[in-house]
Amino acid sequence: MQYVDFMIRYSITTIRKDMKMDRYIKAPISTEDINQLKAGDYVYITGTIYTARDAAHKRMYEALQAGEELPISLEHNIIYYMGPSPAREGRPIGSAGPTTASRMDKYAPQLLDLGLKGMIGKGKRSEAVKEAIVRNNCVYFAAVGGAGALLSKSIKASEVIAYDDLGTEAIRKLEVENFPVIVVIDKDGNNLYETAVKEFHIDD
Amino acid sequence: MKTIQVAEITKTIREMCIEANHFLTSDMDEALKGACESEKSPLGRQVLSQLQENLKIAGEDMIPICQDTGMAVVFMEIGQDVHFEGGDLTDAINEGIRQGYVEGFLRKSVVRDPLERENTKDNTPGIIHYEIVSGEEVKITVAPKGFGSENMSRVFMLKPADGMEGVKNAILTAVKDAGPNACPPMVVGVGIGGTFEKCAIMAKKALTRPVNEHSSVPYVAEMEKDLLETINHSGIGPGGLGGSTTALAVNINTYPTHIAGLPVAVNICCHVNRHSVRVL
Repeated sequence: MQYVDFMIRYSITTIRKDMKMDRYIKAPISTEDINQLKAGDYVYITGTIYTARDAAHKRMYEALQAGEELPISLEHNIIYYMGPSPAREGRPIGSAGPTTASRMDKYAPQLLDLGLKGMIGKGKRSEAVKEAIVRNNCVYFAAVGGAGALLSKSIKASEVIAYDDLGTEAIRKLEVENFPVIVVIDKDGNNLYETAVKEFHIDD
Repeated sequence: MKTIQVAEITKTIREMCIEANHFLTSDMDEALKGACESEKSPLGRQVLSQLQENLKIAGEDMIPICQDTGMAVVFMEIGQDVHFEGGDLTDAINEGIRQGYVEGFLRKSVVRDPLERENTKDNTPGIIHYEIVSGEEVKITVAPKGFGSENMSRVFMLKPADGMEGVKNAILTAVKDAGPNACPPMVVGVGIGGTFEKCAIMAKKALTRPVNEHSSVPYVAEMEKDLLETINHSGIGPGGLGGSTTALAVNINTYPTHIAGLPVAVNICCHVNRHSVRVL
């Protein structure tokens, strides 16, 4: 029985390894790229992305409620849920890893409906966010949480472009080069967090 | 009787805040290295090797291990024969936190009011726990705590009849709910017994015990081992992306409690389980 179990596990791993791809994409992200991405793909992003976390999302939400323009264009863009530590002299940014995405779940569906195409964070998303991802042909990536020093090396430039008074929570425009992420929820709603955990779960 | 100038406390806390945010303790380093070898998932091993690279860059380039440099939790174990001079001790500790976070390029993550949410811009105040012990030494533990994992922590007020099984289920529930949000591989700090607040503080303090040391109480040590195995069978894995390394350790502290109660607190910490300890 143990042998059968091992073989099933082994074959699943082998199949997944074949399916899983390393991909290199540009940001802003194209529809063609989104259509090719599958949950579990390892992706390197090069181009321009924007940061926003709790306080910036609240402000953008309030701006939309008041019928005002957002400080950034959402069309084909990727928002990185991140608030960096301060940069030392001569460096573009400090430590810069992802924050927990679920805190932005209240705001994300509306932004996706308005043209946002990608989000980078860590952790689970709500059903409403998953539905908005599928409805709008978008993608949710995870970066490795707690690897902020490593991830900062893929950020070549950083500029605060809105909500400066929010400090670390301001909206920043980042130039990234081969920024490493993993597709967690793809455009079809496949969720790596759910499938991967099942694969390695052992019944006690 | 020993006299300590509070200026020395400020200087020490400043250094400890910076140290804890750039270097893990050797027990954490070893546990993470060991996980790289034992992890069964290829993607899990990739995540763990990124964490190794991250620690190397953090130390060499003095970039904080994680951008969430935490709220500064400080445990002060003060010998009853110590006398402080030169000002208010709490002010001196907060001044150390202020200097460490401002001068050490650490992130300021503290808001003055939980609902108004205006950033204090210097990461103060810290969360300070004082304990009076015998002797004339001061043991300081600085444990910057990130909130990705703090948000997934729980207190369960169980019934005595829930017993061992109820306690284990509570801990497993907290860990499974935390999943990828808490940046696994995590360290699980548990407090069992006492009162509502006592168990929470015990759980926090349990996170500062080396991950390669078990409780000195034999049945508690067994619980720690059993729970670690069960948690690592959950499949959550490094980064929550599947694998056999979900936690590096389960550290449990216990305390006497009331005939009617069985409080259990689970304080989850990510793999950046930071603390710095010094004795003055």
